[in-house]
Amino acid sequence: MNAALTYTRFELLRTLRNRRFFVLSLGFPLVLYFLLAGPQRNVHSLNGSGVPASVYYMMGLASFGAMSSMLSSGGRIATERAVGWNRQLRITPLSPRAYFRAKLVTSYMMALLSLVALYIAGTSLGVTLPAGRWLEMTGLMLVGLIPFAALGIAVGHVLTPDSIGPAVGGGVSLFAFVGGVWFPLGQHGFIHDVAQYIPSYWLVQASHVAYGGHPWNATAWIVMAAWTVLFSGMAVRAYRRDTGRV
Amino acid sequence: MTGAAADAQAHGGSDIELSGLVKSFHGPDGPIRAVRGVDVRIAAGETVALLGPNGAGKSTTIDMLLGLLAPDGGSVSVFGRSPSQAVARGMVGAMLQTGALIRDLSVRELVTMMASLYPAPLAVEEVLDLTGVSEIADQRTNKLSGGQTQRVRFAVALVSNPELLVLDEPTVAMDVEGRRDFWATMRAFAARGKTIVFATHYLEEADAYADRAVLMARGSIVADGPTTEIKAMVGTRTIRATLGEADERTLVGLPGVSSAERRGEAVVLVCSDSDAAIRALLESHPQARDIEIAAAGLEEAFMELTA
Repeated sequence: MNAALTYTRFELLRTLRNRRFFVLSLGFPLVLYFLLAGPQRNVHSLNGSGVPASVYYMMGLASFGAMSSMLSSGGRIATERAVGWNRQLRITPLSPRAYFRAKLVTSYMMALLSLVALYIAGTSLGVTLPAGRWLEMTGLMLVGLIPFAALGIAVGHVLTPDSIGPAVGGGVSLFAFVGGVWFPLGQHGFIHDVAQYIPSYWLVQASHVAYGGHPWNATAWIVMAAWTVLFSGMAVRAYRRDTGRV
Repeated sequence: MTGAAADAQAHGGSDIELSGLVKSFHGPDGPIRAVRGVDVRIAAGETVALLGPNGAGKSTTIDMLLGLLAPDGGSVSVFGRSPSQAVARGMVGAMLQTGALIRDLSVRELVTMMASLYPAPLAVEEVLDLTGVSEIADQRTNKLSGGQTQRVRFAVALVSNPELLVLDEPTVAMDVEGRRDFWATMRAFAARGKTIVFATHYLEEADAYADRAVLMARGSIVADGPTTEIKAMVGTRTIRATLGEADERTLVGLPGVSSAERRGEAVVLVCSDSDAAIRALLESHPQARDIEIAAAGLEEAFMELTA
C-alpha cells in the first residue's frame, strides 16, 4: 500500500511538471470560457436552456478540461509503452491493479484541477452557488468521468504516441460538440436525440444542478453504466493484448 | 544465505530452470521460430553469460525468463516459482535491452520511485554512488546522454536488490570507461551471493565476467560450459586469401581447414588449426596473396558449431 502511494506520488509529480498538460487541460478551457461566457455574462437563460451563460459554459468547459485530463492518461501510457517503460514496470512487484489505480488517481487529480480552475473562473464572472450545489455538481462530474477514465487507458494501450495526440484531441472535441459544450442542444432534434446516449452530454447536464434540478434521469445512469462497461472491456482487452497476459 | 534464497530453498527449488522452451513469432514469410527448445539450469549464486549473435534468441529467452513473454511450450522456474510469482515478490531485477527512461523526474526521484516498489531495496544514495550517477542525480532523466541513461537504467535494476539480476546486452551504449565501471559494480553485486544472467555478443565479456557461458545460435543452445571450454570451442580462425583459380574441394582437404568458401577472387577458410592450414596453403598455392588471418567472429564460430 505504502509502495503504491509513493509510486502514485511520483506519477502525479511527473504529470504536474508536464507543461503541455497545463496548456491543454487547464489553459485552453479557461481561455475559451472567458471568450464564450465573458460577452454573455448577463444572459440568464442561454438559448432558452434556463441556465445562465456563465454557469453553462463553466460546466461545459469544466467537462471539456476534465475529459482532456482523463484521456491524457492515454498519452502517458502510450509514451511509456513506446520507450519500453511499461516492460520495466512489469518486472517490478507493482501489480497491474496498482498500476491502473495510480493512473486513475493521477487522471482524477488532474480533472479536479480543471474543475476547480473553471469554478474559480466562473466565480470571477459572478457565478454564486450554495456550497451544497457546488459539491453535488462536482460529485456528478466525477461519476460522469468514469467512462472517460477507462477510455484513456484503452487508447493508451492501442495507439502510438504519434497518433494519440490527434485521436484524443479529435475525440474530446467530438464528445464536447455532441455533449453541448459549445451551445445548448435544445429540447429536440437529431443531435439532441443522439446526445441522450453520449456520456459527455450528461456531464454537461450536471450544470442543471446549479438550479436545483435533477439533471440525471434513469437514462443518464444507464448510459453512463453502459459506456463504462464498454470502455472498461476495451481497456482490459487492450491491456491484455498489449502485454500478452491472460 | 539471503532471506529470499532460504525462502526459495524451503519451497524446494533454489535454482533457475528453463526446460524445453519454445517460442515462435509471426513473420511476413510465416512463423519465425525464435527459440527452439532451450534447456538451462542455473544454480543460485552463479553468474552466467548468454552468448550469441544477433537473432540467436537471447532476448526472447530472457523475456520468457522474466515472464514478459509466455512460452509456446516448455516451462520456466525461478527459485521454485513461476516468473510472475518471483517478480511479484521482488526477487527479480532486470536491465532490458531496449528502453528509455520516463521523463519529468530527476535521476534520484526515478530511482527512489522504483526502489519504493520493492520489499527490500538497497539505499538509493548507495546505488547512485555505485552506478556512478551521483553527480547527475538532480538532472532530469530526459536531459541525459546515452551512456548516462544506461547507468541510470542499471541503477534502477540494482536498487531492487534482487536475488536474480538479468542484464540484456547491458554495455551496448557505454564507452570504455563506462563498461569497466559497470562490470566492477556487477562483480561486487555478484559477490553478495546473487544470481546474475547477462546476454552479450562479446565473447570477451563472457570470458571475463561469467562463471559459465551458454551459447545460443538460431534459437538453440549449441554449447554450455565454463568459459574456458567455450573459448576453446570457438577458438577457430579464418584465413582469407586471394588465390585466383582454386578448387574449393582441394582447399577443404588441406590440414586444419574445416570449411572453404569462395567470395569473388578471394577464398575464406575456416580453420580448426590455422597454423597447419597456412603452411599447407602456401605450399599448395604459392600464388596466394593478400593473406589475412583473423580470429573468427562469434557468428562464424557458431556456424561452425552448429554445422
